[in-house]
Amino acid sequence: MGIDRRGFLKILGVAGITLTVGKGLASTSKEKEVEFFGMLYDSWRCGGCQSCEIACAEAHGLPKPIDEPKTGIVRKTDETRRVVVNSYSTTKGEVYNRKQCMHCNQPACAAACLTQAMYKTKEGPVIWRGEKCMGCRYCMISCPFDIPKFEYHSPNPKIQKCDMCYDKIIKGGVPICAEICPADAIMFGKRSDLIKEARKRIHDNPGSYNDNIYGENEAGGTGFMYLTPTSISELGFNASIQKSSYPELSKGFLFSVPTVFVLLPPILLGIYEATKNNQTKEGGDNE
Amino acid sequence: MNDLSAYNVRDNDGKPIWKFLKSEFKPKGKIFTPFNIISLPIMILGLVLIVIRFWKGIGSITNLTQDVPWGLWIGFDVVTGVAFAGGAYVLTFMVYILNMHKYHSIVRVTVLNGFLAYLFYAGALLLDLGRPWNVINPIIGNNFGASSVLFLVAWHFLLYMIAQLIEFSPAIAEWLGARRARKILSGMTIATVIFGITLSTLHQSGLGALYLMAKDKIHPLWYSEFIPILFFISSIFAGLSMVIFEGSITQKVFSWQISDKNEHAHDEILHGLSKVCSVAMFAYFFLQVIVFIHGKRWEYFGTSMGNWYMLEVVGFVLFPMLLFFSSYRTRNLKLIKIAAIITIVGVILNRLNVTIIGFRWDAEIRYIPSWMEFVVTLAVMFTEIWIFRWVINRMPVLRDSPAWVVDEKR
Repeated sequence: MGIDRRGFLKILGVAGITLTVGKGLASTSKEKEVEFFGMLYDSWRCGGCQSCEIACAEAHGLPKPIDEPKTGIVRKTDETRRVVVNSYSTTKGEVYNRKQCMHCNQPACAAACLTQAMYKTKEGPVIWRGEKCMGCRYCMISCPFDIPKFEYHSPNPKIQKCDMCYDKIIKGGVPICAEICPADAIMFGKRSDLIKEARKRIHDNPGSYNDNIYGENEAGGTGFMYLTPTSISELGFNASIQKSSYPELSKGFLFSVPTVFVLLPPILLGIYEATKNNQTKEGGDNE
Repeated sequence: MNDLSAYNVRDNDGKPIWKFLKSEFKPKGKIFTPFNIISLPIMILGLVLIVIRFWKGIGSITNLTQDVPWGLWIGFDVVTGVAFAGGAYVLTFMVYILNMHKYHSIVRVTVLNGFLAYLFYAGALLLDLGRPWNVINPIIGNNFGASSVLFLVAWHFLLYMIAQLIEFSPAIAEWLGARRARKILSGMTIATVIFGITLSTLHQSGLGALYLMAKDKIHPLWYSEFIPILFFISSIFAGLSMVIFEGSITQKVFSWQISDKNEHAHDEILHGLSKVCSVAMFAYFFLQVIVFIHGKRWEYFGTSMGNWYMLEVVGFVLFPMLLFFSSYRTRNLKLIKIAAIITIVGVILNRLNVTIIGFRWDAEIRYIPSWMEFVVTLAVMFTEIWIFRWVINRMPVLRDSPAWVVDEKR
């Protein structure tokens, strides 16, 4: 069933691409060969020192953070900070947790973007490209993690979000936060290696970790993944995130577009021809 | 060019084209009417606010937040405005495709209204774009984001505006006295109408489909896989209710332009439209009920959002639907107009519930539009009405076509 349906949708998709302009949908089939880079954050190891926040702000020309993680207060990412560390009081004591772009395998923001300014690179990071962006903020509407942030008070506004230090990693480097973390809580690497590493840590430290890698399957799989000592509901994660990818939600509509475009005009023409005789009868005019 | 101006010399009281245009651009009628006195200050204030917006950023005059990035300008101006502009595609379908000639006398004014609505409300989008200089990117291919619903909507807005302009262009040709152009342009009508209806079907539903990915952000009572279809069906009665509402105003304001024959025909038109409205609203209501039951939404009964939803669907869909139905049966014109107004309010409610009120209903900081957002919205609407009035007073939209058109048809 699954294969049949997928095959059918693919045919429709190809029809859609030839009929409408563009080529965005075609790229999905190639994804299998590419191996994305990702990051693994170990919330058990994190000491909440904010080194990553400070390094990130410096690397991207943003103001230094002025507040500290404090239990009971949820700090949010905004147009001046791409990553925040928060403190949560849990059944296992105080646990820190990070929030930044998840770099989804199938990002809603990139599917939403009508100029591909929000773009899933073949290396894995989801980046924002200013020369394409028109500032419509549809990426913000679509992102289930509320990550893209907009500079409302600038006449030349940018979208601010974590880009996994894309400029560094295409030159073979490591994202600044992974490089600087004194607790070794952030690991950068191939996504599949990270999943293996995470499983190993869960296996080697019985009882220390919640037996779940957050991000392995959430929203169709994300590039940024979490190991947590407690259940995610205690750590401020959004519990309503679905397992399947978010672009999936509008796929049905998009695939119906070429069908309507092909079928509706001849139907309309047919009705027009069929009712044409009324016209001569009533002597109406036609413009 | 030469033979075109030769036509003009004959058709516009013997004036050459540039002199004719110059005289047409002068204001006609009184300047200090109550409408002008109210609208002009608002338009000027709106212009000042727009200057501030481009100078200091969108946040300087709007209350938009990081959680709610689309506010009044998108939720009302674009999403709601375009639904009301749906009258144009429904009416062109009835007149040109179904050949229901009863409605012919109001086609031009409806298409003009639709065209201006798209021009201004989709144009208002430019105010909301953070980087409007990049607005041509999806058109010129920098890049084609074909997986985006917004890409589809943007292209369709552009193409549909062109289609509507072509549909309306015979009126412009008649105004300029361009006989040859008129003949060519009116020959294109059927093709553009078919194209326009197809585009409208897709982007009216596309406006709803924009919100499909915001599954976790819209209150479950307003989110379903059926948003696109609900948006499409509601655009039918939203558009027609607007035609009824605007029609009864223009009938009064511009009554001196309307021939007796068309004035009498208007009552019949209203009856016919109210029938179409009630049928479309029944389909819409039925689908809402199915979605409600299918989604097992009764758990929301009694909650404040649940009551709000009930008010929308029962008070502003079911109730006006019954009014339309009974007004058609009893041939009560007043009731039709009341039903149209209630329906219009209901569609505004629905669109705002999806885009603003139900969007991030759980956010810590709720978005409430600033007064400046309202002023800019009003300024855009008033500017549209000014242009509308300017066109009505010059081109044969409400009034009959000039004599030479009738001659040519024989």
